[in-house]
Amino acid sequence: MRKLHFHPCGNFNERYEQELTIFETDFGRTSLAAGLVILFAVVPYASGPYLLYVLNIAAITAIAAIGLNILIGFTGQLSLGHGAFFGVGAYAAAILSTEVGFPFLLAVPSAGLITAMVGTLFGLPSWRLKGLYLTIATLAGQFIIEYLLVHWEGLTKGTMGIVLPGISIFGVAFDTDRSFFYIAYTCLIIMTLVAVNLMRTSYGRAFIAIRDNDRAAEGMGIPILSYKLLSFAISSFYAGVAGALWAYYMISITAEPFNLGLSVEYIAMVIIGGLGSIAGSIYGALFIVGLNEGLRWLTGILMSVDMLSAVGFSMAPLREIAFGAAIVLFILLEPRGLAEVWRIIRSNFRLWPFSY
Amino acid sequence: MEFFIQLLVNGISIGFLYGLAAMGFVMIFKSSSVLNFAHGELMALGAFVFLVLIGWAELPIYVAFPLALAGSFILGFVVERLFLRPLIGEPLIYVIMLTVGLASIFKGIMLFIWGGNLYTFPDFLPAGLAIHWGSINIPPVYVVSVIIGLIFLMLFGLFFKYSSQGIYMRSVADNQPAALSLGVHVRKVFALSWAIAALVAGMSGIVLGTINGINVHDLSSIGLKVFPVVILGGLDSIGGAVIGGIIIGLLETFTGGYLSTSLRDVVPYIALVFILMVKPYGLFGLVEIERV
Repeated sequence: MRKLHFHPCGNFNERYEQELTIFETDFGRTSLAAGLVILFAVVPYASGPYLLYVLNIAAITAIAAIGLNILIGFTGQLSLGHGAFFGVGAYAAAILSTEVGFPFLLAVPSAGLITAMVGTLFGLPSWRLKGLYLTIATLAGQFIIEYLLVHWEGLTKGTMGIVLPGISIFGVAFDTDRSFFYIAYTCLIIMTLVAVNLMRTSYGRAFIAIRDNDRAAEGMGIPILSYKLLSFAISSFYAGVAGALWAYYMISITAEPFNLGLSVEYIAMVIIGGLGSIAGSIYGALFIVGLNEGLRWLTGILMSVDMLSAVGFSMAPLREIAFGAAIVLFILLEPRGLAEVWRIIRSNFRLWPFSY
Repeated sequence: MEFFIQLLVNGISIGFLYGLAAMGFVMIFKSSSVLNFAHGELMALGAFVFLVLIGWAELPIYVAFPLALAGSFILGFVVERLFLRPLIGEPLIYVIMLTVGLASIFKGIMLFIWGGNLYTFPDFLPAGLAIHWGSINIPPVYVVSVIIGLIFLMLFGLFFKYSSQGIYMRSVADNQPAALSLGVHVRKVFALSWAIAALVAGMSGIVLGTINGINVHDLSSIGLKVFPVVILGGLDSIGGAVIGGIIIGLLETFTGGYLSTSLRDVVPYIALVFILMVKPYGLFGLVEIERV
């Protein structure tokens, strides 16, 4: 057996492979493996139905947030349409499973592919636009998709919504929160692995080159339009898969949740988690989902206080204020997000207990 | 024919309102290249402050109006000082998201105080301003908005062309390091442009509130409608903002009148995408020349 790797007290990398490695130390590898075992063997049985629901939502959200981070954090294209793409994925899964009769295992990837196509279409303006102008073009995409979801009644049944069949894989029904937990987290792990490894390939490096300076990237022989479109496609594929899972989990869907607010929420996750960090997207998703649920819990408590409900104390504004304050504080105090906070904490323990 | 002319007149007057709302937006972009997502909320705040002054404190309009504008001016100044200044030199996405966060906070505070209800100003415009011309009717508010729009357009034109502060602003927008090295006080320019922009936003909020009533959600959604307007005109052209506003206003009223009312709110964005494909920097925007 080879010797276990621990953190050296400096950067002693000699080859590029060492820079690219996912796990710097065997400690990271083993603790991740242990974490996964705990996640799958202990967590679903130790937590109640409400906590399971929150965890499932967090996993779905994290998949979509990873997709957006590929687009914003790695390719540098700021998109305000991610919420709408999430909706496209949800509707694609709903329509495929009810009208066409696709089974779950086929419907989710197909929904992802359809969303990827839609995303590429709305990424086309990046052919000529960049920066703020592109952002506004994606904002236009958000409003156009939102309109179509509500008003293309032949396809989406408008405000009636669509009811999905239950999930069954090879005849086994996955109809409880606990069984969905396994589906959601398996998807999250696969999607995370794909994303992490994608960023280590030439494609990922091309994305990063485009983010840092697209003219220079073009000069170095990267066809920037096709790579930008590819990034839009990958990012919307993630949104589509997440949307499809969400639709199956929610059982019935309407067009309402997929508004600009959702898109903004995803950007907030990516920023709070850390731009250009796959793990950061997961932290960000956990943070925002946790914030939402925490505020709901707080609302419940405050509403039961008679004195406050007597004066017509409304709690909806509190959510807006807390959400805005979280974004503002993160940007002002730690712009690189939770991923950076975690890195700092880790590096404090690097030479523990002999840090001096 | 009459229907057509009435729509035309409506479209132009609504367009002027959009242009007015967009002006403050362009103001910020022109000096600091910040896309301000909190613009609708600044408009709503101005309108609510005016509402408090005129409705609750019962001040006469010639006191309340300048006071509300002064309040907006100070608010813009404070926002720049507290939130935007630490971000000078940071990547664009942080600045944009900061304004999104601010928008959320402002909206929450306003919902907290005033709730989601619809308020109206007491009637203060003289009815004599209304224009009747055959069967065509233009209510006084629209006349006032056109007049205010023209006045501000002229003021801004002169300000940017002749006043030294305006020239500083243009120089900062053009090239920040060069302006710094020539002794322009860049931070002062940013602070001033935010203050002026908030003032203009407050004013357009008051005008819009007079027409549609004051509601947090309505006014902040108009803040989003500013985007197609400014992009159409070019993000850094104040005249373009007004023309873009008129184009969007006409598009909206004609689709609303002839096609369907539900399509009304999407049409600006569809037009926006197509125009941007042909002219990526809007109709009157400055084409950025990039060097690697």
